[in-house]
Formats: sequence, C-alpha cells, structure tokens
Amino acid sequence: MTTVINLGRRDFLKTAGVLTGALVLGFRLTEAAAAEAAAEWGAVGAPFNPNAWLEITPEGRIIVQVPWSELGQGPLTAIPMLLADELEADWEMVEVRKAWNDPRFGRMGTGGSRSVRTSWDPVRRAGAAARQMLILAAAARWSVPAGECRARRSEVVHERSGNRAGFGDLAEAASLLEVPQNVPLKAPAARTLIGKSLPRLDTLAKITGEAEFGFDLRFPGLLFAAVARAPVFGAQVAGVDDSTARRMRGVRRVLPIGSGVAVLADTTWQALKARDALDVQWTPGSEPDLDSDAIAARLAAARPEAAAIMRREGNPAGALASAHTVVSSVYELPFLSHSPMEPVNCTARIVDGFCEVYGPIQSVSWGQSVAAAAAGMDPQRVKVFPSYAGGGFGRRLMVDYVTDAVELAEAAGCPVQVVMTREEDTRHGFYRPASRHVMQAGLDTAGGLVAWSHHLACPSISGQLDPAGVPDGRDEGAVDGAATLPYRIGNVDVLYSMVNTPVPVGWLRSVYNTQNALANEAFLDEVARAAGRDPVALRLDLLPGDNRLRRTLETARDHWGWPARLEKGRGQGVACHPCFGSFVTMMAEVSSPAPGRVRVHRVLAVVDCGPVVHPDGMRSQIEGGIAYALSGLLHEGIRIRRGRVAQSNFDDYPILTLDEMPEVTVVSIPSEDAIGGIGEPGYPPLGPAVLNALFDATGVRVRNLPLAAHFGQ
Amino acid sequence: MAVVNLTVNGQAHTLDVDPDTPLLWILRDHLDLTGTKYGCGVGECGSCTVLLDGEAVRSCSLSVREAAAGAVTTIEGLGRDGLHPVQKAWKELEVPQCGYCQPGQILTAVALLDRNPRPADAEITAAMSGVLCRCGTYQRIGRAVKKASEGGGR
Repeated sequence: MTTVINLGRRDFLKTAGVLTGALVLGFRLTEAAAAEAAAEWGAVGAPFNPNAWLEITPEGRIIVQVPWSELGQGPLTAIPMLLADELEADWEMVEVRKAWNDPRFGRMGTGGSRSVRTSWDPVRRAGAAARQMLILAAAARWSVPAGECRARRSEVVHERSGNRAGFGDLAEAASLLEVPQNVPLKAPAARTLIGKSLPRLDTLAKITGEAEFGFDLRFPGLLFAAVARAPVFGAQVAGVDDSTARRMRGVRRVLPIGSGVAVLADTTWQALKARDALDVQWTPGSEPDLDSDAIAARLAAARPEAAAIMRREGNPAGALASAHTVVSSVYELPFLSHSPMEPVNCTARIVDGFCEVYGPIQSVSWGQSVAAAAAGMDPQRVKVFPSYAGGGFGRRLMVDYVTDAVELAEAAGCPVQVVMTREEDTRHGFYRPASRHVMQAGLDTAGGLVAWSHHLACPSISGQLDPAGVPDGRDEGAVDGAATLPYRIGNVDVLYSMVNTPVPVGWLRSVYNTQNALANEAFLDEVARAAGRDPVALRLDLLPGDNRLRRTLETARDHWGWPARLEKGRGQGVACHPCFGSFVTMMAEVSSPAPGRVRVHRVLAVVDCGPVVHPDGMRSQIEGGIAYALSGLLHEGIRIRRGRVAQSNFDDYPILTLDEMPEVTVVSIPSEDAIGGIGEPGYPPLGPAVLNALFDATGVRVRNLPLAAHFGQ
Repeated sequence: MAVVNLTVNGQAHTLDVDPDTPLLWILRDHLDLTGTKYGCGVGECGSCTVLLDGEAVRSCSLSVREAAAGAVTTIEGLGRDGLHPVQKAWKELEVPQCGYCQPGQILTAVALLDRNPRPADAEITAAMSGVLCRCGTYQRIGRAVKKASEGGGR
C-alpha cells in the first residue's frame, strides 16, 4: 500500500525551499524503509516519512527528488521515468535532483538491486495521484466532469469544450486538494515513457567532465587528508615521528584518528607526499603471520557435521549412500576487491552546529549514524549529500571513510577531504569473502540426479560486522544462491560453516551469489557430463514447467541454437541463476587460443526482470555484470601475506581490459511479472558459463580461481 | 619551488609549484579542472589521460615541468563549440555508466582518431585497451570509437 501525501498542505517542506503555488507530493518507496525510519527517528518522523517527492512548479517544471545514489546504474533517469509516465508529464520539463538525507525523508541506502524495483509501485502511484489532482483542478475550473478530462504532455485537456491548461497553471489549485489514493495505474499498452530507452540524464555531464564526483568536491578552506593506515589487519598506532612531514610545504596538521595518522595539506599531492614521510610504528595486529594458505586450510578444516543445516529436503545422506554414482568436487574461490575506478574518499565539514558529509556513498543513513558518532552530534544534525560515485559495486555500502572525514573535519575545524590512493583502496577494502564449496551429487542407474549436497565454508559478512547478529553461525545471507537452488532434486542438503578471519569482508555485486551460483552451475555441468546428459536438457528436466528461469533457459537455447556449431578448438557453456528477483541464463563461447590463454569470444544473456523500465539501461547493467564477473574470473584474487593484503594497484591486481571483453548480446523477456533488480543478476551466471565452456573447449575443469593462476593470463 | 608556465586549454598559467608535481594534481587542485580523474597514480589505468600537443599522456605520471613543454588539453577543453565528434558518439551510444573513467577514454579516442582517422578494429582495440573501466562499458567504447571514425572523427 502506497500513501501519497500533499506536502504543501502540511507545511512540510518550508525549510526545503519549496515555492508557494507548487504542487508537492511526498511518498514512501518502501513500507519497510518507513518502519525503519520511524524506529530511528521516533517522533521526528511521525506520522509520515516520505523518502521521495515530486514538485510541480507554477512554471510547469517537474522536479523529482531521487533518494538513490547514482553509481552508474541509472536511477537518476529511471525513477523520473516511472513518475513522468503516470503523470503524463512532458519529459522535457522533468528535472532530477539527488536527494540528501533530510531526516524527515526516512532511511536512504542504495544496494541489493533495489532502486527501480522498490520504486516501481510507489513512484508510479505518486505520479498517478498527481495527475488526478491536476485533472480535478482543471475540471473544477471549467465546471466540467473530471471524467471528461485527460492529461497528456503536461497539459489537462477537455476536448468537448476545447479547454486546455498546463500543469504549471493548475499546480496551485491542485495543491489545495486532498490526495486521491489508489488512482488506477495505466495499462501497460498506454505507457509512453516506461519501456523506452530515453537518453540518460547524466550522460552529458559525464562526457564533458562536469559531473562532480567525490574527489571533485571543493569548499572554501578545504584541506586534503591522506592517512597512514595499519598495514596489518587489526594493528594500532604505537608511535609516530612526524617531524619530516610537518616541515613539508603545504602541510597544515598531522592528526591521529581512529584509522591511523592523517596529514592535512593544501593539495592532494602535498598530503600524499607528507603522509609517505611519516614514520609510524604499529602494534603487531591481530594475526601478523596470516596468509592465504592458512585461510584455505581453515576453510578446508570445516566439518560438515558441525555445519549449520540451512536447507534439507528428503534424505540427502541416505540418497548419496545408495546412489549408483556419486560425483564430488571442491570449488575454492578467493577474496575479491571491489576496486571502483574512483577510489574511496569523503568530504566533511562542520557548519553552524551541523555536520555535513559529501561524497560517493551508498549507505547514506548508515553514514549519517557513523558521522553523528564521530562528531559527537545528534544524528538529526548530520546531513549527507551523496555525489556521483565512480562505481560502487558494494564498496561504498561500508562507511569507514565517513568516520575518517568527520573525525578530521571536527578536529581540524575546517572542511576536509579524505582521499584513499589506489593502493589504500586495494589494501583497506571489505572483500568478497573467500569460500570453499564441497559439492556432491548422487545419480541413479538411469543417470537421474537424486541427491545434492553443498557444504559452504566461508567468512560471514554479517557475522564479522556483528558477531551477536549471527547466532549459531546461521547466516542466511551466506547461502543466498545456495539454499535458493532452483532445481527439483528431492534430496538436498545445503550446509554452512561460518569461518571468520581478520580479513574484512563486505558485500560485492550480487554478494554470495557470486560464489554459490558458480559452485552450483559449474558442478551441475560436471554432473551432466557424468550422467551423459546435455547440460541444457538436464536443467530443463530439473526446473518446474511454469518457471521464469526455465523460460530464460529455453529462450537462450533457441537464440543460441544450442548446441551451436563452433569453430574447431572452441567450446560452449551454459549457466542460469535467479537472484534479486530476476532470472538470467548465459551462454558463453570460449577458446584457449594458445597454451596459457583463455579467450571468451561471445556471451549471450537472456534476462527476465519482469517489466523493463529502460531497455538500454538494463542491457548496460548486464554488460557491466558480465565484465565485472569476467574480470574476477580471469584475473582477480586478493592474496594475504604476513597478515596483510599482498597486492596494491592495478599492476599486481589487474582487472579486465577492453581487448578481453567478449561480444555481449542481451535478450530480455519483458513481462508484467514481478519486477526484479538488474544491477546484480548479470554477474552470477557468467563465471560458471565460461568455466563450463572452457571445459568443453579444452577438457580442463578449473575449480579454483582466478583462471590466471592456471592459465597465466 | 619554481615558476612554471603551463598552457591548458589554450590558456596560459603561471604557477609557483614544485615542478615535480604530477600534472594531474596541478590540473585538479591548482587549476580546478577536476574533469581529469585520479585512478591509480602509476600510469596503469588511464583515467587521468590528457592531451599534450595532441598526444594522449597519463597526467599522473607526467610532471608539470615536462607538461610545460607543450600545450595541454583536458576534457574541459574538448569540444568547446559544442560536443566533439567523439563525445557525440559517446552520447549516442550511451557509453558511460558511472562515468569516472570516461574523460580518459574519450581523450584517448580523440588522440587515436587524430593520428589515424579510420582505424581498423584491431587498432581501436589496441589503442583503447590501456584505459581501464570497471563498469564494463568496453563494448560500447569500441563501438563509439568506430562510429566517431566513420563520421570523420574530428
């Protein structure tokens, strides 16, 4: 249920600078968000916390506040489209604004591929309510039945009388009306903007250099801060000799903060050079001898008997014991770094008793909380303004950098921009957890799959953030994509062993689906081979008849012409996976053109995310998911050595380059089924599709990553 | 410290700076030209690419003293009378996602097309493979360079 309220009538937004005579409607994007906000803000938020709003000015400008961070995934275009379509607005009159965290606007955070799908219903309903109010205002003015009036291209028209009035002209009268609730939404065929690939509203700024990213924010008196950070996980400052740094040109302050020792200077370069001139002694840290081998051994030591049973159907142990054939494999996947092109940074200042935080940030409300703690202020005195973000991929869900910036702004008494170098970004991340997957499948005498067991051992993101939050090691998040195995098998075990380490972990694009889909879908290919079955046919046998994932698999099969005739030396692979409400099948064509080389020639992605708001934006996100997943598969793996991250920059942590990008074709199956997310579902099927194709091409089955470790990319 | 005379986007600047300072930070922190991006600081990613006398160079790895020997063009100086054909192709194909690397991508493409107006696909791939993008816009970058080249590219 979506509630839309007339903010103008409630005198709600006087402080937000809303013009008089404007129609201003507020609405919630999710009920859950409103409930959280009510809990957090108490009476301040009561009785209503809209977290988005629409304003129609007397000039007919249509201003849409978007509370989702723009990380490249396109909410600044897609959300106004939802609204303008129902409103029957002239798209040329639509202006988009990045919302800040006015406390009355509820919780803000961008993740989980949620921006468009959780806006789909409430934003369209707000647009429909506004449209109806404008129609009612026009009908009253002309003394004609509202039912005879219609809205189109920012006008209300009464054809019989020939009357017409612009939205701006009607805004004031409309603003005096009660908000009609539950105005019927347009039929899909009547949509004018939804489903069209309109030019993105942020493209021009991004090709001219005008787009303001976190690093680009400038304030009078701004100092740049570089921080000497603990090399070893858990180490603390034991002593500092800053005598050289303090004498360097442009250096203003040297300050100890929670995450290390900061140098504040007039320019970024001066801050970085002086930071490097600090002589800091560190405590030994939590495990100064930790290395990747030790972590792998801990994951391997996890016993299935002691694991949490996250899903059990039938009698998997019995079915495996009595199976005609048992297939077993172990998959081992590394820690991954998000490595967004814009390294982590944040800018803060204390102004008139308020703490202002600016920068590329996904978790706006969480950032507000930690900023309040760092500044020693009430959260209501913290304003967070998300800027354009140079990628996020989950790294900016964490808010470590907000604490740094606020501590420094508070201590220095001036605006401070804290910058991380690429080396810091690589070494001080929150990594996609390393994982180990023990897979077993039982086949009957006819080759039918009768038992499936998946024992996952890996760090828990939730458990490392808050050990009390994951009692008994039952982290439901860790088995996302494993416990949600879509196949009908009869006897299924999904076990989880929480193995936490000092290595910080966090959410990376599609989170645990990155590992679990790979283990599921690569292992299922092994099962198909063992059973002498075609991998597409086997999956179709295992999926129910009326199933959205099945539909993507069938469409992919037909589009690809599976199995396709390929050049000699090439192989093809398939994988499918449901996550974040969407369903994706991928097929990949791969060769190993020379010993030690892997080449992914083309990838087909068939996507069912329900209604497609912006087809080109959807394709763009799937292309991005494929590139991000392929980068990880080919090249990436954070190594731990002597209690720290071994790599530092793109020379020793290489990522995908343009010449490695396959030709990608995206096919969507639009429908009016439940809308799904699109930022993350393009990642999980890529890895297993490529590994399966690689086996088809070479006969080599790779079960630990990255491929570079095997093929010396 | 020393006085450095630097020409950026046709404008002459006299700066009193450490001449070893990388051009990147001069542009960003002294001249407020923040369209040139920091990505790695070691010449590995290409986000900081600018043109020096028309050649694509990594401004993070070029001192302002070296840059002063020529004329620097940044993204702000490109297409001052409307969009450059490369920018137009970028817009038409909706290349950017996050957009952070795109100034460096665009200037790399401009330099390529200036010296080779009709590059073969393999030449586009070779020229553009040194500029990293984490959002995965590579397919569109390749197509946009091709498109710009078909229109003359300059």
